[in-house]
Amino acid sequence: MALSISHLLGLEGVSKSDIQTILDTAESFKEILSRPIPKVPTLRGKTIVNLFFEPSTRTRISFELAQKRLSADTVNFSTSTSSVKKGETLKDTVRNIEAMKIDMVVVRHAVSGVPFFLTQCMDAAVINAGDGIHEHPTQALLDMMSMKEKFGTLEGLKVAIIGDISHSRVAGSNIRGLKTMGAQVMLCGPKTLIPRNVEELGVNVNYNLDEVIEWADVLNVLRIQLERQESGLFPSIREYHAEFGVTLKRLERANKEITIMHPGPINRGIELDSDIADADFSIILNQVTNGVAVRMAVLYLLSGLEGSVD
Amino acid sequence: MKKSDKILLKGGDIVDPVSRKHEKLDVAIIDGHIDKLGVIDEKSFSGKVIDVSGCWIVPGLIDMHVHLREPGREDEETVHSGCAAAMAGGFTAVCTMPNTSPACDNQNVVQFIKERARDELVDIFPIAAVTKNRAGKEITEMGELVKTGVVAFSDDGAPVVHSAVMRHALEYSSMYNVPIIDHCDDMNLFEGGHINEGKMSTWLGIPPIPDVGEEILIARDILLAKYTGGKVHIAHISTKGGVELVRRAKEERINVTCEVTPHHLALTEDALVSYDTNLKMNPPLRTAEDVDALKEGLKDGTIDAIASDHAPHSIEEKDVEFDAAPFGIIGLETMLGVINTKIVMDGIITLEQAIEKMCVSPRKILNLPIPGIAEGEHANLTIFDPKKSWTVNLRAFKSLSRNSPFGGWKLNGFVKSVVNKGIYWENLSI
Repeated sequence: MALSISHLLGLEGVSKSDIQTILDTAESFKEILSRPIPKVPTLRGKTIVNLFFEPSTRTRISFELAQKRLSADTVNFSTSTSSVKKGETLKDTVRNIEAMKIDMVVVRHAVSGVPFFLTQCMDAAVINAGDGIHEHPTQALLDMMSMKEKFGTLEGLKVAIIGDISHSRVAGSNIRGLKTMGAQVMLCGPKTLIPRNVEELGVNVNYNLDEVIEWADVLNVLRIQLERQESGLFPSIREYHAEFGVTLKRLERANKEITIMHPGPINRGIELDSDIADADFSIILNQVTNGVAVRMAVLYLLSGLEGSVD
Repeated sequence: MKKSDKILLKGGDIVDPVSRKHEKLDVAIIDGHIDKLGVIDEKSFSGKVIDVSGCWIVPGLIDMHVHLREPGREDEETVHSGCAAAMAGGFTAVCTMPNTSPACDNQNVVQFIKERARDELVDIFPIAAVTKNRAGKEITEMGELVKTGVVAFSDDGAPVVHSAVMRHALEYSSMYNVPIIDHCDDMNLFEGGHINEGKMSTWLGIPPIPDVGEEILIARDILLAKYTGGKVHIAHISTKGGVELVRRAKEERINVTCEVTPHHLALTEDALVSYDTNLKMNPPLRTAEDVDALKEGLKDGTIDAIASDHAPHSIEEKDVEFDAAPFGIIGLETMLGVINTKIVMDGIITLEQAIEKMCVSPRKILNLPIPGIAEGEHANLTIFDPKKSWTVNLRAFKSLSRNSPFGGWKLNGFVKSVVNKGIYWENLSI
């Protein structure tokens, strides 16, 4: 039952059996969420700090809910300014928080590698809730859980990730996790938003969305950050939608069954049409529900507690 | 460190890259001059006798690219501590980069640095900024600065971005036959990068610095050197493409030279897996393919010099999240050992060739006299044992800073002592 890792810094190097354990545990926790009183005493007495150095709504709420469902004590620390600007080093900030006797830290930061850096300055278990353009492992785990629910297995599944790959930690973790689990990964998006050597990482790239749809079982559509257009990485929102927008017309043209995912928040009408986002082949809201279950599983498995799920 | 009127270096090998001499000779030094070379009987010698058997005695080494932080950040390095680090590394001369605070862009700061260095064993040859306040706009008073003792101009830490400024700097400095040293990187090509663009930047999610940025500016500088007749020296070359550009320019007899650092030869981007900020420098660590090209460049003479780019930073500045850490590592005290261990012992170039690139070539580039090993010459010598191994202990560094990735490395080539300005200094740390 226990994991071979003591932190969840990313899916890099996380074994297939650890991912399997997390997904299985998440499944049993999901059952709790549908109970009349969706709360268990599993993490009673454990103190968890949510360190959010970057604005977040859904990930933070999802983690908080997961913690409350498990009866943990939680503290939230949110700031959009980096510690450097405040005059206190990040190391001092986290050491101070650790000195207040806490068990786990959930961290989000705009700089890649910060979760790893925290493990170097504190003893508490660290969970990465998104670092820079590096990894967002719980997002990829909930994505995998949602795909597994739908298809039964990830082995051999054809997953296309559409959009801004260069700046996406969601893609970063999905690529790693999916490859570990035996899925096939295809990336699609403007060439300016895909790392130039990404094939070295064992994925395929195709810039033609229609061909990608033809190939894929699942489209995981990423949010396009509108400021990327301002920095000249693609010409216009209009062109992005025309070239890389997932529209009903495209799907009808392909005339096949396909599953749509999106990590949110959606730019409706830009990367994804509304009628698709709300269609029955979209599992976007399942992803959100599974997010709470997956985070409960990760928190529980890294808490150092033995024993079965109550 | 002591003034010693009479010293006899007994049992060492004289290796002089200028005269191509390589023989076992004793050296008698009297009043800072080489009094006698030959087999000298210690009983007939009235001064101090030092056993240097197993050691090479070479003309004093020079590191043509160091950052001492005085004036401005004396907590990180002073002229005095930098000279101590230089001696421990086997250098009797260093060239200081001008990105101090205030910048070394005027005669007063040059005078200040020279004054600070007056009583040091190590000769300091200041490099002044190309542009006032290193702002990249107006060129500095190069004529006056050369008269004050400046040996080159550089805005190092940043390139000369504007091509017209570079053109004028090359034209103007060529009147004094002094090189412009450029930190080549096209700043218009990317925003806020921290490591080489490639497998590791994608994998670690760190904003990248593309190698082609270095190549673009090297190509520009070569073309401008050809156009103006100026002398350009490429600092810390790090890319395969950059080496190829310099190689072709040299074939065309364009006035271009370049240097490489020990860390760009000994490390690749693959070392970055743990987000260690002591592996963050500019230019960044590149790929194994680049390292091979740099070695090839050393071998065929495309790369003229080896320099450390010694860049001290405080522990506080480096012990932060990766993106927030400043670029740069220190290298004075490990350069000879790293080059000997990773380049010479691996058979890339001979130790004589390595000495040439840390002694003769830099001085040729900078029009400095090359210390000779002959009777009557000033005694300006580096004495080191190429076979003696030691383990790098960051705490024992003479530098005030500790930002080195080489802590714990076992290196071959131990600096025993240096002699210059009538002063003999011996390393007693082993």
